[in-house]
Amino acid sequence: MTPLGFFEIVGFGERGWGPALLLATGVTLAVAVCGFLVGSVLGALAAAAKLSGLRLAAAIGDFYTTVLRGIPDLLVIYLFYFGGSLALTNIGRMLGYDGFLGLPVFVTGALAIGVVNGAYQAEVFRGAYLSLSKGELEAARSVGMSRFLMFRRIVVPQVMRYAIPGLGNVWQLALKESALISVIGLVELLRQAQIGAGSTRQPFYFFLAAAILYLALTTISTIAFQKAENRAMRGVRRAG
Amino acid sequence: MDLAFMGRTFLTLIEGVPLLLELAGLSLSIGAVFALLLATMRLSGVGVLDWTAQSYIFVFRGTPLLVQIFLIYYGLGQFRPALQEVGLWWFFREPFYCAVFALTLNTAAYAAEIFRGGLLSVPHGQIEAAKACGMSRLQRFRRITLPIAVRQALPAYGNEIILMVKATSLASVITLMEVTGLAHRLIAQSFRAVEVFVVAGAIYLFINFAVTRAILVIEWRLSPHLRQAPEGEAPMKPAPAHARGA
Repeated sequence: MTPLGFFEIVGFGERGWGPALLLATGVTLAVAVCGFLVGSVLGALAAAAKLSGLRLAAAIGDFYTTVLRGIPDLLVIYLFYFGGSLALTNIGRMLGYDGFLGLPVFVTGALAIGVVNGAYQAEVFRGAYLSLSKGELEAARSVGMSRFLMFRRIVVPQVMRYAIPGLGNVWQLALKESALISVIGLVELLRQAQIGAGSTRQPFYFFLAAAILYLALTTISTIAFQKAENRAMRGVRRAG
Repeated sequence: MDLAFMGRTFLTLIEGVPLLLELAGLSLSIGAVFALLLATMRLSGVGVLDWTAQSYIFVFRGTPLLVQIFLIYYGLGQFRPALQEVGLWWFFREPFYCAVFALTLNTAAYAAEIFRGGLLSVPHGQIEAAKACGMSRLQRFRRITLPIAVRQALPAYGNEIILMVKATSLASVITLMEVTGLAHRLIAQSFRAVEVFVVAGAIYLFINFAVTRAILVIEWRLSPHLRQAPEGEAPMKPAPAHARGA
């Protein structure tokens, strides 16, 4: 076979890898979104723990955010990949099943991204909470809102507003971190590019295509978060 | 947890630290020079230069580092004959050079924006004052702009250093046996993921803790004028040596 040019490789023709690469982009997006959502839950919990004023909870929250932001993502992915299957196999043994049990790589990947992302989101949420005006919280209390009602009506809407720019950055981290999931074999965009590179011996074209697709994802995200920020801030008067 | 096993693990993993420091140190120092160039291009006011630097930063910050590493290490292999012809193959054949190259290009993009922020934060009045004193452009840059910009950019650059320490772990994917690479091999051999993870994680945390401390010390030293004078000292003291540009 004659070697293909770049546009034949990424194209949708008979020998093109376009459909496969687009599908893999979808997987990348899916695993990043799942990881981001897991991270939102963990991040909100960790932020609440750090702000709770309870010493033990704050210490646990601090430990979580410091450790997970200080070690490489790849290490966390290996821990979840090897450690997860080990734990599952042990649990299976306790329940009387002797074979090997493993989590699907998609779940492993989403959890690993989520745990790391949560540590960053915790800081974003904490910062956003601290920028709430004290007077508003006091006002809510003085009109007799319960803690929950105050949280729902006053805290959440404003924290979401202030957190958008930070969350945008953290989302980009999740998107880029998802490329690391390729090392444990999930066929997302980078893995698909590797597969294509291996079978056509034209690695440059495949990784270039992957880079362009990642760039498209991050660019669209930037625009979307900018739109969201503008919308959320439409009621806020700004200088200038 | 098996402490004897963790001790052995520590001894194995610590052997990866020199490579880690080499990768991070080399790429950070070459990257910083490149970043300063990019930042000046961004601020030059020359359309073409600004646009070039902006596109570079956009591409390198918008794609995952691992893709950049693969593009350089595996991707350029596609052009092996051409690279051999121009005498660059010895460079792109080595995973170590490729890793340093990719990390350098990547950190330069992030650091350029940090430096740009620092340079922009220099108060206009200070530059004006320097001009009024008759300092030349170079003197102004060396005595006024650079010290203030460095101080402003330092906290953000400290974060970038930590990100780079963590990023060196990706070199293990192209066969370089630094700490994460060794940890991966150990986990695959022993299947004791938690113990190996704890030890490897502790090594990274220690390095990053040291970096954070060092940055704090440098920051403290660079901002004597922002600290309150110690009690009982004369209110007016000669400016510290570096503020006089000595």
